[in-house]
Amino acid sequence: MTSLAAAPAVRLDGATVRFTSERGSVTALENVALQVPPGGFISLLGPSGCGKSTLLRLVADLVAPTQGSVTVLGGPPERARLNRELGFVFQDATLLPWRSALENVRLPLEVGPRKRDRTEQRRPEELLRLVGLGGREHALPHELSGGMRQRVAIARALVSEPRILLMDEPFGALDEITRDTLNEELLRIWQETGTTILFVTHSIPEAVFLSQYVLVLATNPGRVRELVECDLPYPRALSVRETPEFMRIASRLRALLQTC
Amino acid sequence: MADKPTAVIAEPAAPLRAPAPAAARSPRARSQAWLPFIAAAVLLAAWQILAVVFSLPVYIAPTPAQVARTLVSELPMLMRNFVPTALESLVGFVLGNTIAIVVAVVFVHSKRLEAALYPIAVFVNTIPILAKAPILVLIFGLGMTSKVVIAAFICFFPTLANMVRGLTSVNPQSLELMRVLSASKAEVFWKLRVPSSLPFLFSALKIASTTSVLGAIVGEWIGADLGLGALIIEATHNFRSPLLYATVFVASGWAVVFFAVVSFAERRIVTWKQGETA
Repeated sequence: MTSLAAAPAVRLDGATVRFTSERGSVTALENVALQVPPGGFISLLGPSGCGKSTLLRLVADLVAPTQGSVTVLGGPPERARLNRELGFVFQDATLLPWRSALENVRLPLEVGPRKRDRTEQRRPEELLRLVGLGGREHALPHELSGGMRQRVAIARALVSEPRILLMDEPFGALDEITRDTLNEELLRIWQETGTTILFVTHSIPEAVFLSQYVLVLATNPGRVRELVECDLPYPRALSVRETPEFMRIASRLRALLQTC
Repeated sequence: MADKPTAVIAEPAAPLRAPAPAAARSPRARSQAWLPFIAAAVLLAAWQILAVVFSLPVYIAPTPAQVARTLVSELPMLMRNFVPTALESLVGFVLGNTIAIVVAVVFVHSKRLEAALYPIAVFVNTIPILAKAPILVLIFGLGMTSKVVIAAFICFFPTLANMVRGLTSVNPQSLELMRVLSASKAEVFWKLRVPSSLPFLFSALKIASTTSVLGAIVGEWIGADLGLGALIIEATHNFRSPLLYATVFVASGWAVVFFAVVSFAERRIVTWKQGETA
């Protein structure tokens, strides 16, 4: 068992996901055991097809485990989803193009079961300011850059005050400069909100810079290879990437990935 | 030894102005808007000159001037015939499109009904309107009803096909987003499927705006006392070519106005860029 702490926010026990089609079955994830403490920041790193996204989708109740169990906030993932405790950010911002930035952020408040405690919602205007988009509330998605669209998507994921934020390569399609900025802002938002974050990425520096732990997954079938701690102090500035400790962790991960 | 590259670090010369709103037409687009009118004027002038030079008989090809004179002198009569045609096409347009939208919604919710009925809709659509029209006139009589039904028929299929596509062409990731938000089926329909389908719907409505006029006129050909279609038949049989041309002018003028109204509505409603993530 890859254990981090007691009373986990997310817990996987021998979780296996198999997709069956006419051409046979594919094991996306095999026997994954993981515990994520509340407020943790874990990155999932691994080659394409290692089941990173599938792991995220297990937690989001978008796929069900074929074997084993998934527990989110002490219950089944479905309960966490219905209680609006999950925020999901896709690689593509997935904004509704006919809605302004503000209306997109408001979407989670308009659909689905309402949170029992209404005070546990953040004002959409405030969230747009938090992600640095104050003043662009009424812009339509096509009037915003890729980085701005992704900021709107993050604000939207935060609006129902989820206790768990699932991010599937959210910055993968962005240029490096925008990515750096958003990485710094994500850390700031994480420390401000105390949300548990599961973050899928292909980038070693991004994983090391952001997370407390990096879960390295191996492919074919997708399985846990190693859990690597990134013991760099927070708050982290971008310059931390030039420190020897950072390099040491990054090269450790690179070596691990070569064996996946 | 090669020189080192040089670069001048630029200071902005003037304060940057806010970019013009995307909706505003560029000066170039505005100047080009006149081109079709100039081209039309040139073609009309050429027609007038050729008809006079070769002294074509009026019943074969009237000159634009003769058509224009008829348009003015026969205006009350043209208008009397225009009203039923306009009404038939308008009611047919509303009826055909409304039914198409409802059927599309049913198809999207029931794959079995779609599988059962869609091929039949395709089959009925392959029957030429000229073959369908007499049948519908036999069923609905010589009054305006049969023309409305023909106009509705001609609108129906393009809107059905486009609407089914529009309602189902939702980005799968948007559907996953709605699932994570635990949105109900009704919420997914109203907040996601319906807005996504609007660009598709308007493509179909623009086609329907002109074909509904066509449907009404074809219906009037089969049998009617009043209407632009009836007038076309009458003018042709009596070799009243200037009247025939004037009638055609009124009919296409109506279709153009109809099309322009639908396009205007589209621009007001579909303000987002297509191809964006939906």
